[in-house]
This record gives sequence, structure tokens and C-alpha cells, in this order.
Amino acid sequence: MERIRASLLFLVTVMSNQAASTPAALKQTPLNATHRGLSAKMVDFGGWDMPVNYGSQIEEHHAVRRGCGLFDVSHMLPLDIKGSHVRAFLKRLVANNVDKLQVSGKALYSCMLNEAGGVIDDLIIYFMDESWFRLVVNAGTAEKDLAWMEKMNADWGMGLTLTPRRDLAMIAIQGPNATQTLNQALPGVDSITANLKPFNAAAMGEMFIARTGYTGEDGFEVMVLAKSAPFFWQALMEAGGQPIGLGARDTLRLEAGMNLYGQDMDETTSPLESGLAWTVDLKTERDFVGRAALEKSEITQQLVGLVLLDKGVLRGHQKVLTKNGDGEITSGSFSPTMEKSIALARVPLGIAPGQEVEVEIRDKKLRAKVVKYPFVRNGKVLIEI
Amino acid sequence: MSIPADLKYTPSHEWVRVEADGTLTVGITHHAQDLLGDMVFIENPAAGRELKKGEECAVVESVKAASDVYAPVAGEVVAANGDVESSPEAINKDAYSAWMFKLKPANAADVAELMDAAAYQKLVESEAH
Repeated sequence: MERIRASLLFLVTVMSNQAASTPAALKQTPLNATHRGLSAKMVDFGGWDMPVNYGSQIEEHHAVRRGCGLFDVSHMLPLDIKGSHVRAFLKRLVANNVDKLQVSGKALYSCMLNEAGGVIDDLIIYFMDESWFRLVVNAGTAEKDLAWMEKMNADWGMGLTLTPRRDLAMIAIQGPNATQTLNQALPGVDSITANLKPFNAAAMGEMFIARTGYTGEDGFEVMVLAKSAPFFWQALMEAGGQPIGLGARDTLRLEAGMNLYGQDMDETTSPLESGLAWTVDLKTERDFVGRAALEKSEITQQLVGLVLLDKGVLRGHQKVLTKNGDGEITSGSFSPTMEKSIALARVPLGIAPGQEVEVEIRDKKLRAKVVKYPFVRNGKVLIEI
Repeated sequence: MSIPADLKYTPSHEWVRVEADGTLTVGITHHAQDLLGDMVFIENPAAGRELKKGEECAVVESVKAASDVYAPVAGEVVAANGDVESSPEAINKDAYSAWMFKLKPANAADVAELMDAAAYQKLVESEAH
């Protein structure tokens, strides 16, 4: 089982890093000891020592769809941008239009593009006030993002202050019981959670509560000071929240039809061919990095959902055979909610929901149906096969 | 979980049980299923297929990853476990009872070259440290 052995080596590397003998240090979140105390299986996730699961990944997945799950997402980087021209900076920096953010606490999902129109990262922008916006960027791209933003800040003479907030931990509380769990864990927070609409956030001192997530369920992403994180996590568990690893995080976001940076899009792909056209504002005249390239580009591909009709499991990089030419799976896995294999795939234009395609898996060609994603939202399967 | 003393093992994490009639029952070890996580798909070789030692002959897939299973010795497939194909999670529940396929070895003596429980235990420990 060569591929097992590969993953074995992968795990072994991680375990050895805990021993004093191997100094190649993985980065740890403030909840690292908490995960180890819960007997989590830890893996190297882009240089971070993170829990992939605490037991059964499928049970963790169901816990989020049916109850409440807790995720340590402290590897992601909150980044505060402060100064007198933050809005003007972000209007040039990102593809979505921050002018959609007019109410304090409102959040916006956007791509940050390079000059060629490729995706440097996808991120969330929170508008706090005209001199303070908070961004949350991916862990694996954080350093690259920060360098890019600092360069633009200097090139455009913006004079802004960019502050990475590694002093904060971030915990996602997700599922139909998320509000109840958070309210119980944090007495007094109900006055905020009761009024917080999806994609909005509220700050209370250093605590930051956002009604956002990556699961397709109701829930929150809460930032607290790193030193408070273990205590907060414990309170959330006592309130009924179940720890969820990165394994279930991936199947949850895939069912929810949410892109994963590095798999579904990267610096070589256009957001317009990655299912992200809805996040690219070409309606206004606003000039942003990558716009000119996008407007010149010819769109030939699209991101679609696939459901495997035959038995097997769809995985990233498998070839998709369509009547209009070949495509490729960008993210694939087993959907615990649907009990079928599902995928996101980049295929030629003209391939539409309802059509059948073939996927090459090892030496076989298996049948898959093209569907419009998301596959699952708020615990309900949205796809009929 | 302890490694059963009455089985033989491969370095690629298959277990092998020698049956009274000389056929070999093959599965993947507890350690392998623990690394892979929740099993969701099993593809076994068809009965009648002739396998060379070390040939890729089956696939186990968890939510996380796909993994090839190799023939522990040369031989002919005489049975495949349909139960485990329809309930892959049986491997997570008890890897040593959820067998995958049975082989009639080309040469019964080949089994002696496989690892015993103590050797496999050492392998698992060496990979874990």
C-alpha cells in the first residue's frame, strides 16, 4: 500500500517533530495542547501542526450538520489594516467591491488577484470603521499575502499600517446548535448573537464575533486573545460543542460548495473559471489589480459539481471526459451527508447540470452526473440524483 | 490494539492468515486503517485472477485517501469478501475480521517469507518514532 506508506511517512514526520530529537518545528496554534489532550490525530497542514480528526471523521461531519462542532482555525491569519485610506486601498487591492461594506461589522468575501488575473488568495474583509478594516487570510498564503499588500501599500503611497494578529486565536462554532452553544459558553453574549445577521461581525474589546463559517451551516467564527483560547474552547465543549478536525472541515465545505484555495483556484487560474465570478465586481468602473487581464481573457472553462453514479471515490486531479473536451476534478471526496462521492471539477463551457460525464479513476471510466452546487446547505441535501 | 500473533504481515500493512486448507485470507492491518480513517470504498480483485507477489490487486479508500493493496505472495484469487465491499466501515471496526480476499498461493512455502507479529510490531513502532 504505497500511498498509505506515503501518508505514514507524513504522519511520522509530524509525530517526530513533537520529540526533542527533531527540531524542524511546525507552527502551533494556542490550542495545540488542547488537541493533544483530546487525543487528536495531528498532521502537518501547510507547516502547522493541526488536528485532522479526533476519532471518526464521518461522525464529526454529522455532528456539525446535526448539532454543533468546534474548529480551531487559529492557523488562519487575522490582519488589521488601519489608516486614513483603507477603503481606497482595498478598492484597488481586491476583486470584490468594498463599497458594499457600509455598515460597521459587515463582511465581504473576495479574491485578491495578481496583475495576470490569477488568484493570490481568497479572504474575508470586515469593515469596522473608515480607519480600520480587518482581513482574514489563509494560513498557507499568509506571508505571501502580507508581502503583496505591503508592496501595494508602498507602491500606491497609502501609508497604511498592516498588523498581523498572531496574538489572536480563532474558533469556529458551526451547526444548527451553534448559537445555543455559544450563548451557554459565554454568558451575556446572547445580546450580540441575537442580533448578528449572517456575514456580520461585532467587536467587544479584543473579542471579535462573526457570523461566518466554512460549513454551509449557521455559526460563528470567534476571535479571542490567544491566552484565553483553551479556556474558551473548554467552555464551548461543556456547552455541547464537539471538536472537529480538518478532515471533516474539508468534506463540510465541499458539500457546501465552497472553494478551497490551492485546490479549486490558485495564482494560475482565473476566478471567472473557478466559480467565483459572483465575487468579481466588473459592474462598476473601479480599477483593481487583475481587472484588465480578466477583461481581456477568454473564458473557456467553468467549475461544476459532480456526483459519482458508479461506485468509487472522486479525488482531486482525476481527469473528466466530456463531450466538449477534457476537464479535471479540483476537489473530490466522499459526502457523508449524501453517502455518495461528490466533486468540484473544472470542465469546458457548455457542459450543463443534468448531463453525464466520465471520470478516469485508475484504469476505469466511471459515470458522474453534472450538478449545480452547493450539494448541502443547513443540513439539507439540495441535489436530486 | 495488539497485533494478532497467529497472523503473518507484509511491510505494506496487509495481514495474512493461513487457513487449514492452505488458502490465504488477506486484509489490511489495524494500524493501516487507523492511518487511513473512515473507510468508504473497497475494490477487491475478481475470483480467478492470478496475482504476482507485490502486485497491486485491491484498493481501499477512506474519506481522506485512496490506498493500493498488494498481493502478499503469488497466487490465484479464490474469493472476495462482498460484505466488506458493501460495508467498508467493517475494516475500521475490526480490521482482523474484515478480510478482503482469499488467495490460493502458487507456492505454499512463500508464506514463510512474510513477517511475524513481532517483526510487524517493530515495523509499526519504527515508523511511529
